[in-house]
Amino acid sequence: MKIYADNAATTSTSKAAIEAMLPYMDAICGNPSSLHSFGQEAKEALEQARADIANELGCTPREIYFTSGGSEADNQAIISAAKFGERKGKKHIISTAFEHHAVLHTLDKLKKEGFEITLLDVHENGVVTAEQVAEAIREDTALVTIMYVNNEIGTIQPIREIGAVCREKKVPFHTDAVQAVGHIRVNVADDNIDMLSLSAHKFHGPKGIGVLYCKLGIPLVNVIEGGAQERGKRAGTENVPAIVGMAKALKDANSNLDCDNAELLAKRDRLIAGLSEIPHSALNGDREKRCPGTVNFCFEGIEGESLLLLLDDKGVYASSGSACTSGSLDPSHVLLAIGRVHDVAHGSLRLSFDSSITDEEIDYIIKAVKDVVEYLRNMSPVWRDLMAGKRQFIL
Amino acid sequence: MALYSDKVMDHFRNPRNVGVIENADGIGEVGNAKCGDIMKIYLKIDNDIISDVKFETFGCGSAIASSSMATELIKGKPLSEALTLTNQAVTEALDGLPAHKIHCSVLAEEAIRNAVKDYYDKNGIDYDPDMFKNCNCHHEHDVQE
Repeated sequence: MKIYADNAATTSTSKAAIEAMLPYMDAICGNPSSLHSFGQEAKEALEQARADIANELGCTPREIYFTSGGSEADNQAIISAAKFGERKGKKHIISTAFEHHAVLHTLDKLKKEGFEITLLDVHENGVVTAEQVAEAIREDTALVTIMYVNNEIGTIQPIREIGAVCREKKVPFHTDAVQAVGHIRVNVADDNIDMLSLSAHKFHGPKGIGVLYCKLGIPLVNVIEGGAQERGKRAGTENVPAIVGMAKALKDANSNLDCDNAELLAKRDRLIAGLSEIPHSALNGDREKRCPGTVNFCFEGIEGESLLLLLDDKGVYASSGSACTSGSLDPSHVLLAIGRVHDVAHGSLRLSFDSSITDEEIDYIIKAVKDVVEYLRNMSPVWRDLMAGKRQFIL
Repeated sequence: MALYSDKVMDHFRNPRNVGVIENADGIGEVGNAKCGDIMKIYLKIDNDIISDVKFETFGCGSAIASSSMATELIKGKPLSEALTLTNQAVTEALDGLPAHKIHCSVLAEEAIRNAVKDYYDKNGIDYDPDMFKNCNCHHEHDVQE
């Protein structure tokens, strides 16, 4: 059996998206900036995709800027708000401790330029509150940037309430919604969002394409200089096939949202229940406030990379927040942010799936994880010490 | 997976000498759960020969493979030979390790040296303390909070 359980890393591009893209690779190959018919046909497709995506997000087409993906959109949103804040003497930014590195590393860069960064605590359940945001906002706050859904543990943040607080205090609000769009209901108007980042390959669209939504009146600075594409805010010839594929994938994803898919939710709950049977394990993130396709566990006494490799041998493709898989000495900053200590954060496993997963596959995953965890524990000196009472169980 | 050589994957999937030796003559444990890897080596010594060796490892694929290979390299060998085992020898025997995984082979070397030292200490055997000084571990085990 081969089970791809790493959809939070990336998804397959849907057949429908691929079909939609193909004509724009050959028959309609023009550059949208060209005046001839080939170019203008491509331009029409580009603007139709923009209108479709705007419609899905609840904004106007003029507020959609195509980017290379979520990371670029995050960079541009944050840098723009910082630069415009700085002009008014506002050099304070609020975010959370468990954002994606596209946000955290951009904030690190701004910190070196003299910005003050407040990273809000995300508590043990991996959810920040609007009250925390309200308390943290100051006269000199230039931006609040908080992710919609956490990419590792899948917890959903109270974006609408946070957005309302920011509106009331007149502070621009950006959300990295890369793991939310196409999975749960996201509407920038209803959710009080000023800027939003999304990435197509997280909802069965192609890789290398994304969107920065930026509300009219919120100024943007360029991250990439060059031609006048995207109303002068993002240079470079538009990736028309990918943009068309993204629009198709988003329409399809939103017409059958994971959060409305009772079968998918039942399968996720079945997986959580099955893995919870493993002694000294713990679900990471809030049990209820979580997106439908992501499950993240810590298993005490083992290390995540060896867990992943053995699951790979059994045909289960997942990911982990262990140091060994992150390429650094520290385990995932997300798991540390929700209070998992290093010892258990190394033994984490993220399983992320889409609606195609079957009950049979869920049961296979549960069995595979149970077997591998038991096998690794049996060769772990940490587990031996825990069982012998020489070391205290954390989970 | 392309991350590791076939040899590493073989020793990871089918580790040799996993387990515990009850009443071992020497035990060496190195690493730190905070860092994500701990290795424990058990030695049975007969007339200065390593007649049996077992290991337990909490760690990544290369940590398990390094432990397995290291135990294979010293099994049946005189203690003096075990003390000359280097992490480079373990890495070479595994057909190489990725750069950021070299510390796993260092842990294996250190665990064996610690086990031999433990045997010497337990049996009141004199040794040159300098032999156990040259820890060339590049891995920071006492990570900050």
